[in-house]
Amino acid sequence: MADSALSVSAVSKAYGARPVLREVSLELRVGERVALLGHNGAGKTTLMKLALGLVPADSGTISVAGAAAGSKAARASTAYLPEALAFHPALTGREQLGLFARLAGVSRAEVSGLLGRVGLGDAADRRIGAWSKGMRQRLGLAQVLLGRPALALLDEPTSGLDPVSRHEFYAILDEMAAQGTAVLIASHALTELEARTDRIAILRDGRMVACGALARLRAEAALPVRLRVTAKGDRACDIQARVGGRRLNGASLEILCRPSEKMARLAEIASLGPLVADLDIAQPSLEDIYRHYSGGASP
Amino acid sequence: MIARIFAVAGIEFRIARRNRWALTAALLMLVFALALTFAGSAPTGTLGVDLLTVSVASMTTLAVYLTPLLALLLSFDAVVGERERGSLALLLSYRLTRGELLAGKLAAHLAVLAPAMAAGFGAAGIAAAAAGGAGPESLAALARLIGSSILLGATFLALGYAISALAGSAAGSAGIAVGLWLVLVVLYDLGLLGAVVADDGGFFTQALFPWLLALNPADAFRLWNVAGSGQVALASGMAGAADALPGGAPFASLILWPAAALGLARLAISRTAP
Repeated sequence: MADSALSVSAVSKAYGARPVLREVSLELRVGERVALLGHNGAGKTTLMKLALGLVPADSGTISVAGAAAGSKAARASTAYLPEALAFHPALTGREQLGLFARLAGVSRAEVSGLLGRVGLGDAADRRIGAWSKGMRQRLGLAQVLLGRPALALLDEPTSGLDPVSRHEFYAILDEMAAQGTAVLIASHALTELEARTDRIAILRDGRMVACGALARLRAEAALPVRLRVTAKGDRACDIQARVGGRRLNGASLEILCRPSEKMARLAEIASLGPLVADLDIAQPSLEDIYRHYSGGASP
Repeated sequence: MIARIFAVAGIEFRIARRNRWALTAALLMLVFALALTFAGSAPTGTLGVDLLTVSVASMTTLAVYLTPLLALLLSFDAVVGERERGSLALLLSYRLTRGELLAGKLAAHLAVLAPAMAAGFGAAGIAAAAAGGAGPESLAALARLIGSSILLGATFLALGYAISALAGSAAGSAGIAVGLWLVLVVLYDLGLLGAVVADDGGFFTQALFPWLLALNPADAFRLWNVAGSGQVALASGMAGAADALPGGAPFASLILWPAAALGLARLAISRTAP
């Protein structure tokens, strides 16, 4: 399939007796941004290493841009940013990126441009040992951009980045996607991913328990919508008596309802007229959806 | 392939130079070689050989200890260090193969070791020749010492890579490397010595002992340097064991060890999960 950047089908992997991935399938189209979520140990990093061909799968097949994972063609079209990457402290940023450029067969003229693009132009000739964590992370991102890969696998790419750098990171990510690079991001930063990815894939204990656009997952999960009603004066008791819900404090209460009941409940609350001072509607967030699929605890 | 090996070698050499490894290795060899040459100048008169011969004999003993140590210091971190930094997986995600990575590191580390050997032994040799005379035979012995030190260094570099690929952590790798050095360079000889004493000139001493010496890369190095020059043998007192072996055995061991150790390292790195 020409427009498939990554195709994982029914892949299983065990380390010794411990299964890490079970029958996992995942498809990334050209230019698609997919978030890969899961607890620590759910198999995210292992899935990436399998896709890179660094670790062989026990069963199932993986192809990158039509070539078998780990083959020359697949490696040439894949970029990778490992989790908690550190570079050799004795090298300068330019030297380190120069090595990757030579390994990728990319001209070294591209190196300076890329260093500037990730905001490391001034630090390029200083030793990495003297850099901040965020700068090292940006160097990692710069090497992902070498040679316009068809697929980028990013493992916890924004850990260690300050809010401004995160924003810049996602801007670069959007550019990559616009150029046709498919991006798979493993991350715990759920609120960031919500607006920045096209699809969400959730791994739980090595199984792919959900995969789809956020809106679809939200609908499938059918999580309750939260209506938060603020009463005028001390009328919260009256409101609770008429529409139910749970008191949060003296002045407000929370009503949970199914998405399908939302409009009816809203009409009910609107009919209370002068009793109500304010109303907030909260859709289930990515965090709620993640908890729903990943079985409870926080990411 | 060659371009990728050169890329890795270039970076590794730069790291070694910047960490002052290249300079430290060269200075260490130079200081020890000079010290031994002049401290060991006493027996020239008694044995009737020139000072360079005595110097080569002393430096052979020095090289047996120092070369494996330097090589292991350069190599123990080579694979496990990359893995701990997370950069092994990244490097291998490029079109770099594990064999190419190994070849690049070996080339860089040899480029650190070989000049250190040549400078250290060479300078001491020139000083000895100037102070106490040298002949064609002692100059050949010096060249042989430098060449075989590089082979010995390559052996222990490769053994260091193998350890580094199999070890779980850099600290563990360092520990195993020191242990290997202790066993091959110190304890092995002590064990053989004990066995020879206990055997009291029997079958073990006559037939097995020389072969067991040749089997150890450090002892093969010593034997070959001794066997190559009768005068050095005289000065170092190792003629007995060298004479009991076919002439080519220590040399074969010296050549085969780096190849075998590299094969082992290649196997070990292919088993490592980045």
